[in-house]
Amino acid sequence: MKTATIQLEALTCPSCVQKIENATKSLNGVERESVKVLFNSSKVKLEFDDEKLSVQDVEKAIAALGYEVKKSQVKAK
Amino acid sequence: MQRMILDRKNHITWIGAILIVIGFAGELVFKNEVVAVWAFAIASVLGVAPIAIQAYQALKVKVVSIDVLVTIAVVGAFFIKNFEESAIVTFLFLFGAFLEQRTLNKTRSAIKELTEMAPESALKQTEDGEFEEVEVDEVDVGDILLVKTGAKIPVDGRVLSGEGSINEASITGESLPVAKEKDSRVFAGTILDNGTIQIVADRIGEDTTFGRIIELVEEAQDSKSEAERFIDRFAKYYTPIVLLLGILVWAFSRDIELAITILVLGCPGALVIGVPVSNVAGIGNGARHGVLLKGSEVIGDFSRLDTMVFDKTGTLTVGNPSVAEKVLYGENAEEALGYLASVERESDHPLAKAVLKEIGETTFSQVEDTQVIKGGGIAASINEHRVAVGNVTLMEREGVELSEQAKADIDRFETNGNSLVLTSVDGQLRVLMGVRDQIRPGVIDDLRRLKKLGVKNLVMLSGDNQGTVDAVSRKLGLTQAHGNMLPEDKSAYIKKLIEEGQIVAFVGDGVNDSPSLALAHIGIAMGSGTDVAIETSDVVLMNSDFSRLPHALGLAKATARNMRQNILIAVGVVLFLLASVFLSEWMNMSIGMFVHEASILVVILNGMRLLRYNLKNQHGREIKK
Repeated sequence: MKTATIQLEALTCPSCVQKIENATKSLNGVERESVKVLFNSSKVKLEFDDEKLSVQDVEKAIAALGYEVKKSQVKAK
Repeated sequence: MQRMILDRKNHITWIGAILIVIGFAGELVFKNEVVAVWAFAIASVLGVAPIAIQAYQALKVKVVSIDVLVTIAVVGAFFIKNFEESAIVTFLFLFGAFLEQRTLNKTRSAIKELTEMAPESALKQTEDGEFEEVEVDEVDVGDILLVKTGAKIPVDGRVLSGEGSINEASITGESLPVAKEKDSRVFAGTILDNGTIQIVADRIGEDTTFGRIIELVEEAQDSKSEAERFIDRFAKYYTPIVLLLGILVWAFSRDIELAITILVLGCPGALVIGVPVSNVAGIGNGARHGVLLKGSEVIGDFSRLDTMVFDKTGTLTVGNPSVAEKVLYGENAEEALGYLASVERESDHPLAKAVLKEIGETTFSQVEDTQVIKGGGIAASINEHRVAVGNVTLMEREGVELSEQAKADIDRFETNGNSLVLTSVDGQLRVLMGVRDQIRPGVIDDLRRLKKLGVKNLVMLSGDNQGTVDAVSRKLGLTQAHGNMLPEDKSAYIKKLIEEGQIVAFVGDGVNDSPSLALAHIGIAMGSGTDVAIETSDVVLMNSDFSRLPHALGLAKATARNMRQNILIAVGVVLFLLASVFLSEWMNMSIGMFVHEASILVVILNGMRLLRYNLKNQHGREIKK
């Protein structure tokens, strides 16, 4: 299990939190309960199984929604 | 392609605006229907493109977002050839989003300023002894780093060599530079004003004091209270319900116009955004003024505060007692003071330290048969004289006769708020000292301000005798003061207040008061050890500065009020729109979209007011001396 903190471009729309939450939760290997989308700091924090997917896969899923990923940090749990 | 359209959203907005102007000019000025229709139609198609893309992306992850509602509404309007409406709605939606982004960035700016103070690079010693610039993430514990004048300290550590002075304002809020030499501790995010030093890294990244402050503020700005979680849950189902309602209205009335108007009016924007905006602006203001409020739950509790309980020593007083008054009895005072100092030298009681400091240079003698009398003091024998040092109880035990004069002195000292230290030699009272802890400068004004902000009870708890406590309490104008309290008595007292249904804050030094800090709704630690204060407090006062307390409370109240206003605005607007669509003639899609976007901007601008909140300005006249 790894913990990822992903910094996004500034989130401004009310529904984007929900979109990003749903998109990341549906990925196989992401711990559903751990997903936290922080509106004001424009960050996503989640735990994932690094044998099933990489942080790049998560970034890709977010980018597909139209949100730019600025930086991500992965730490072993 | 999708990305390209989204990136050009702002361009599309402006082109849309120009086309709408052309459209109206064609219609009203030149009476040219063809130009008008084409201009509006092109504006609609261009404008709806980015919205439709967002809607598609949302639907892909099973979210019925506002974009979905707006896209359907615009397509519907296009379908019934109402190009003017569709053009205006798309423009307002895009323009609203543009303004929201700008204003939101502004409300978040205070916290952004803080996080941008984080150090980014470091000069790290490589194996061959040279220093090389690296990213701060690449520094490990134990690395040796070089810091030059004007640079930020990259990590928490100790000085290995060199000297300098450091501005620690980012950690302590104190802007006076602090001198550092070998073995001094240095903190990440502080700035080396002058000098060059080499340091060894002790704590890195998020483990540094600065890293923890940032993390705390970042978590605080996004923490949600029960009410907000409810709004979020509500919002999740709200948009799908509006969509369903639109479909039902269309199915029964066959009135596309009415159905799409409902879709536009149902957008929940201001409701979702209002509370987080107040929260981030309030916490941002605090961060600028050396006050960290840990989240909106804390803000809510703090703003409804009934009672504030203070620990005395180290909180209301400086915590550094000194001898304020003394009287000597009999002859050979020098000898008596020497005995007193000799006894006190063996004790680490705070009163003993104050006494020793007062006596200064003296002749020390051999102390034998030392007895510590609990709740009394110390008795010992020096040069075959029986010496007792302690309070009145001890003197009675020792059978010391107190003269009328001495009794009067003792009374006077107690009323002045002193703790008493009496010294007897062979059953004769020789020295009476009154030790007093100084009240922190400015505390009286600060307490008055707290009262003015609506705190009903200001209570002081202390381990000192009731006489001392009463004297301090009178001076400070407190509601209640209780002496002779052990730490467990203090927490029991807090518990009692909570059981009475009061909302209680406890302000203590964070060391031996942790049960009380944890028990109170709001714990505020004043310990000068930043770590303890940050971990245990719900409200952190940088540098343990008592004078920030009124600002913290005033800000919490203003923020809570701001949140309530925003909820009221949001709910009011939705109700107003829904009512007018069924009850009035003039409501249509464009007006609905305008009111909706305007309400979002109003809540953001309302939140932004908090950035400028300043207690001193609000009560300026009363406080000025």
